[in-house]
Amino acid sequence: MPTLSPPAKPAVVPDLRGRFGPYGGRFVPETLMFALEELTQAYAEASQDPAFQAEFRRILNEYVGRPSRLYFAERLTKEAGGARIYLKREDLNHTGAHKINNAIGQGLLTKRMKKKRVIAETGAGQHGVASATAAALFDLPCRVYMGSEDIRRQELNVFKMRAMGTEVFPVESGSKTLRDAVNEAMREWMASVETTHYIIGSAIGPHPFPMMVRDFQAVIGQETKEQSVEQFGRLPDVVVACVGGGSNAAGMFYPFVNDTGVELVGVEAGGRTNVYGEHAATISNGKPGVLHGSFSYVLQDDDGQTAPVHSISAGLDYPGVGPEHSYWKDNGRVRYTSINDAEAMEGFRVSSRLEGILPALETAHAVVETMRIAAKRPKTDVVVLCFSGRGDKDCAEVARLEAGLPASH
Amino acid sequence: MNAVDNLFKQLRAERRRAFIPFLTAGDPDIRATVELIRSVADAGADLIEIGFPFSDPIADGPVIQASYTRALNQGLKVQQVFDAISEAVKTPGFKPPVVGMVSYSLIHRRGPKEFLDAAKLAGLSGLIVPDLVADEADAFADLCRAADMKLILLVTPTTSPERAKHIVSLCSGFVYCVSVVGITGERDKLPEQLTTQLAQLRKMTDLPLCVGFGVSRPDHVVHLKEIADGVIVGSALVKKMEQGGIPAVAQLVRELIAPLKV
Repeated sequence: MPTLSPPAKPAVVPDLRGRFGPYGGRFVPETLMFALEELTQAYAEASQDPAFQAEFRRILNEYVGRPSRLYFAERLTKEAGGARIYLKREDLNHTGAHKINNAIGQGLLTKRMKKKRVIAETGAGQHGVASATAAALFDLPCRVYMGSEDIRRQELNVFKMRAMGTEVFPVESGSKTLRDAVNEAMREWMASVETTHYIIGSAIGPHPFPMMVRDFQAVIGQETKEQSVEQFGRLPDVVVACVGGGSNAAGMFYPFVNDTGVELVGVEAGGRTNVYGEHAATISNGKPGVLHGSFSYVLQDDDGQTAPVHSISAGLDYPGVGPEHSYWKDNGRVRYTSINDAEAMEGFRVSSRLEGILPALETAHAVVETMRIAAKRPKTDVVVLCFSGRGDKDCAEVARLEAGLPASH
Repeated sequence: MNAVDNLFKQLRAERRRAFIPFLTAGDPDIRATVELIRSVADAGADLIEIGFPFSDPIADGPVIQASYTRALNQGLKVQQVFDAISEAVKTPGFKPPVVGMVSYSLIHRRGPKEFLDAAKLAGLSGLIVPDLVADEADAFADLCRAADMKLILLVTPTTSPERAKHIVSLCSGFVYCVSVVGITGERDKLPEQLTTQLAQLRKMTDLPLCVGFGVSRPDHVVHLKEIADGVIVGSALVKKMEQGGIPAVAQLVRELIAPLKV
């Protein structure tokens, strides 16, 4: 039976160069090195500063509404017919997803570094909304880079960002989606680096971003451990999370890494098929390479050009993955698998109908894998699903697909 | 001796500055690239920088990025870029050394050693890898040295003196001095602190210092002639290629080069 590990050991990864084993590092233009070194220094100080940590916890508690609940999903459990399923309800956070944890952390850090402005990238708009929220809270001007295709598809989130005073900047280059929004935000940052902080939205990018985003999201896993002990007297047997760039999964898994009795499962987007260009299952189908400033698994062609990707879920529709996930893949600590579009739609329906909880389509991928795992395990086992976000943003898309219309992306 | 070292040795003896045009391979197509390389060589380019199109070029501005997208949309492969360079440098009487501007993604996918072998075979004399900072460059710098391939690293206005020392210690051929904070692209004025920055670099290294990012007009060249060993022009030429084709690019090269020839 899994038991609580001793209090968090000092992180062995990443090393001082930002390497998780061979992965991570900094593959960026020289212009950004100044900002990355400054950020590394500032974050190292902040992470050791009890006052900063206390302020972070206070805002998560009073403003975001943490701790989020760990909820026993009785009807999903019954449907799966095996292990007990618990949901870690990140969808109940202010703004409806786990993204706000990181945006608050980086917003506080921006103030600490005395930078005057923030920028961010967004795909579906969840991180854009979280950044706009943090910017409003901390009184920082904010610009969010968003592919023009995504702007068209995510009207509601665009409206929310603008209502909070953020400028939504359309990205017209390349595929006009998340990957191009990251490119554009990095380009802008190169020119504005002396006054601006870039709030990256996932556990990706050059060091120290993957480590920092993981740390800000680790509150998910820490709470889950405490709540597990409180609610069922021990740690779960399995923990499941969806993986695009991988921030909710990194935050959920990291505190469990030394609890080797707990199986960790990452669920990628299987898309339409596993043919090149039709999915976004980076770890399952990709190879190590360089994208967006770090060395990690990536979907590329044989020349090293980034592959086109597809997922029903805009938040998983990304050709890269955080370097720590690549590390966990190679050392076997996390098992990675994928769920396709049609299965994810079924996950959306089953969670909505049986629990009255509409999942984000990202989360819906993990719902399916969770039920499969639960079905194979005895009733005494516990599977925890990181319920990363709520489904409001995807209702229009699900309605389109259920009406037999083609996917909008 | 490497062709880049030869060039700067000769230019120093003649008290001249290098004119370095940047051209995107495969824009609008790879046949045109062979002709374009020949034309800018005829127009007097001292060294030619060839951009290998990459899907996610974070250091490049909108003009170069769009040219990369145009090239890749036609299915351009890395091997075709090598082949075009190889064909161009074999032109009778062709003089300027050619260096590649390549993202590390492309180098890693082929394998650093294999990439250098192919580059050598194509007739390249050096590589600029805009997303490989000195901190990550040790192993690749060793491979480049062994292959007699110049590894040209970048120094920017935000680079600290400590970093600059490390960079120039790994750099060979020439130092690529980025004139501005930001991405590639044309600008009205070049920043004044550039003079100070170059003077500081001179104290650290004997390598030639070439300035790029934002250079687009003859008056920029006149200004840089006093402080730099070479002038790199990219976006302005790429834009010219899109608007007026090879003759227009050759014409702009002649105009920009004129202040260096007097």
